Amino acid sequence: MHKLLTDSPGKKMLLLGNEAIARGAIEAGVAFGATYPGTPSSEISLNLFQISQESDLYFEYSTNEKVALEVAAGAANSGLRTFCIMKHVGLNVAADPLMTLAYVGVTGGLVILSADDPFMFSSQNEQDNRYYGKLSGLAILEPSSVEEARRMTFDAFELSERLREPVILRTTTRINHSSAFVELGKLTPRKTKGDFKKDPFNLVTVPAISRRLHVRLLENWAKAQAMAETSPYNFITGDGPWGVICNGVSYNYVCDAVKELNLSDRIRVLRLGFSHPTPPNLIKTFLKGCDQVLVVEEGEPFMEEAVKAFAQEAGMTLPISGKGENRFSRLYEFDPALVRRVMADTFGVPNTESRPPDLSDVPEIPQRPPNLCAGCSHRASYYVVKKAAEGMQTIYPTDIGCYTLGFLPPLAMGDFLICMGSSISTACGFSKATDKKVIAFIGDSTFFHSGLTGLVNAVFNNHNFTLVILDNDTTAMTGHQPHPGVDMAHFNLSGYGRVSIEAVVRAIGVTHVTIIQPYKLKKSIEAVKAALDHKGVSVVISQEMCTLYARSLNQLKVRAFRVTDKCKNHRDCVDQIACPAFYLDGERVQINPNTCVGCAVCAQICPENAIVPIKMKQAG
Amino acid sequence: MATFGFLKKQTAADNRNHLLEDGVTPAALIKREIIMDTKRLIIVAVGGQGNLLASKVLGEAALLSDVPVRMSELHGMAQRGGVVESAIVFGNAASTIISDAEADVLVGFEPSETLRALNKCNLDTTVITNMAPLPPFTVTIGRGTYPDLNQVQALIRSKTKRLIAFDAVELATAAGSVMAVNIVLLGALIQTAILPIPREHLEEAIRSTTKKAFVEVNLKAFDLGFNAAKNA
Repeated sequence: MHKLLTDSPGKKMLLLGNEAIARGAIEAGVAFGATYPGTPSSEISLNLFQISQESDLYFEYSTNEKVALEVAAGAANSGLRTFCIMKHVGLNVAADPLMTLAYVGVTGGLVILSADDPFMFSSQNEQDNRYYGKLSGLAILEPSSVEEARRMTFDAFELSERLREPVILRTTTRINHSSAFVELGKLTPRKTKGDFKKDPFNLVTVPAISRRLHVRLLENWAKAQAMAETSPYNFITGDGPWGVICNGVSYNYVCDAVKELNLSDRIRVLRLGFSHPTPPNLIKTFLKGCDQVLVVEEGEPFMEEAVKAFAQEAGMTLPISGKGENRFSRLYEFDPALVRRVMADTFGVPNTESRPPDLSDVPEIPQRPPNLCAGCSHRASYYVVKKAAEGMQTIYPTDIGCYTLGFLPPLAMGDFLICMGSSISTACGFSKATDKKVIAFIGDSTFFHSGLTGLVNAVFNNHNFTLVILDNDTTAMTGHQPHPGVDMAHFNLSGYGRVSIEAVVRAIGVTHVTIIQPYKLKKSIEAVKAALDHKGVSVVISQEMCTLYARSLNQLKVRAFRVTDKCKNHRDCVDQIACPAFYLDGERVQINPNTCVGCAVCAQICPENAIVPIKMKQAG
Repeated sequence: MATFGFLKKQTAADNRNHLLEDGVTPAALIKREIIMDTKRLIIVAVGGQGNLLASKVLGEAALLSDVPVRMSELHGMAQRGGVVESAIVFGNAASTIISDAEADVLVGFEPSETLRALNKCNLDTTVITNMAPLPPFTVTIGRGTYPDLNQVQALIRSKTKRLIAFDAVELATAAGSVMAVNIVLLGALIQTAILPIPREHLEEAIRSTTKKAFVEVNLKAFDLGFNAAKNA
């Protein structure tokens, strides 16, 4: 049985924040889930997907976040408790349904999880998704701890049903990827069969109806605001003339700082966990007791602006600060020492700072950036394209996945990236605006996520570029989740369809379509050259399963290679493909047989043919 | 029990409100009473060295010892050869991350990564490190020089309270599996007695948390690491 199905209320379990959130949803009787994987949210979906395989929970990996939210909207409007999970930038993709779903509302509880990523540990930006609450008019709950995340997920479903609106559960990486002991609650039975009642004059958003629905949304917003005024998730601790208003993980850093600075009799703290609609009366009353107030929040001055506006309404002139010089930055994530320092500065008390060691005499330590794995097919594909395009002036728009790492030297195959699917559409722009050869790269999962519409555009508008689809049979970056092109038999699952990338590309109208096996360098280079010569849109589908995934499926037939005495130290292998299986033994290049998977790409590059498979006997 | 400040006038019924299951306030859920000194541990490793399992074993041992524990980990690109860093906070602190200069103990699974994490240390920090290097790929392609191991030790010694350095790969191999480097280092960590976790609880956590087939190897690895620190 999945550990998150454990029916022992009161039992303490060491859970990752994402597991605690999945558990909270299970405790709330969630019956339906849809997601597109994205760090730092991925483990929530992974756990629910696993649970769905041994229970009557329905959970799907949708093609993208917009689709996931629309799937969820259908389920929640059939009365089912529904969970829709995505990373922060995923909500940009889902913003279109979000904005109008808020008008329509839901009948079953719908919780939309947005996992924000301050400092961009694994994201392309650090946008603050609390603004989506403001933009859509929906309520936001923000947990401060792993334990609270479980409880808040449970309550988010209740709140959604009370308001008959979706609720945004907003986390940050340090909630998702922290662990703590969580006390399990009771499990609510799932209601897995819903019903949809026709009500077109409330559910079909033509202008005349939407005008009325917007009025109702504002009424619901006011209801939510009244709830936020008295919500136990918005609470005050401590007492004193100095005020701190905070949310999320910042609350933890504030608590630790109050203790370490010995300020418990001088500071009162207002923690906003039900942070939108921001409660004006609660905040005005809090301000009344304070001489000055510091707002502690990562990201944008979301609460600070609201607090200042409320103070103005109440005619209060006390100093309120948050972002700015000598205060907090909008950049990156906070940490306990930073919050303590700014609190000490703001309130004019001595700080208790630990002094970091003087590191000026420490030599430069070689970087250890993430790298494409040993034997990764993307490395082979990039090498193939690079060789095929030799002598051309090129632009390489790339996309989001493991293969983004190909932008690093020595491959250096990646020139432009903004978001999922952008490789194809930006290629349209680059190819019209310049005379350079444009070659775009996109992964299989990303192609289904948001590459299709760009490719349709390219065919329709007759653009001129080559698209290389890196098809490794999985969503590798986020932990090998399925996508519409994969064989679900790999998961021992049946009853799924399978969409062929080649058939889709041809159906869109691309006439020059080539499939390559990237480990076969010579043949692949010739095929890519032909694709580059084609005028118009050409597509190369590079097919080879992710080596990590193949290993996990026991499908990887490892046949390690070694460097023989024929090696004359040209180092083409190291300089051109930089596989992490290579290492230098003195001045000689060697191959680590425990890392090498036997893709044989280096063996095909070596000018001396000095790289050969290890004979089984030698491999021992 | 949390104080609600001016909200004290709220009635019990208000407190049940729309968001409460069983009368426990979220504030009480979060707030921790002061019961012990906080100890902050940073573990740095290279992806694949078993850092996350080490954190899990420590977490379970902390539960057995009635020590509050919270941790955070950065593992986004671990499988692609990057650095994995865990922060584990024992005791009454609410934070799950550790600021620069605030680690009481640093455990490094790889010498250059231990050196890189020195910014987390101060003059009172104890450092435990494996000395078997795993040179990053940047060194192989000539984009960096791996630091001299004697210099690594001298630098760490001069900037912290104490350094315990030994070849944990050798001890793990002696215990029966090169994969047990993580448990060897846990042995050394527990020997220092900086964490309020007795040896027996850690051993019990090894039994309950690691794969059955590896329990014996891991217990041996733990013992070898424990003794290595004793003799360091």
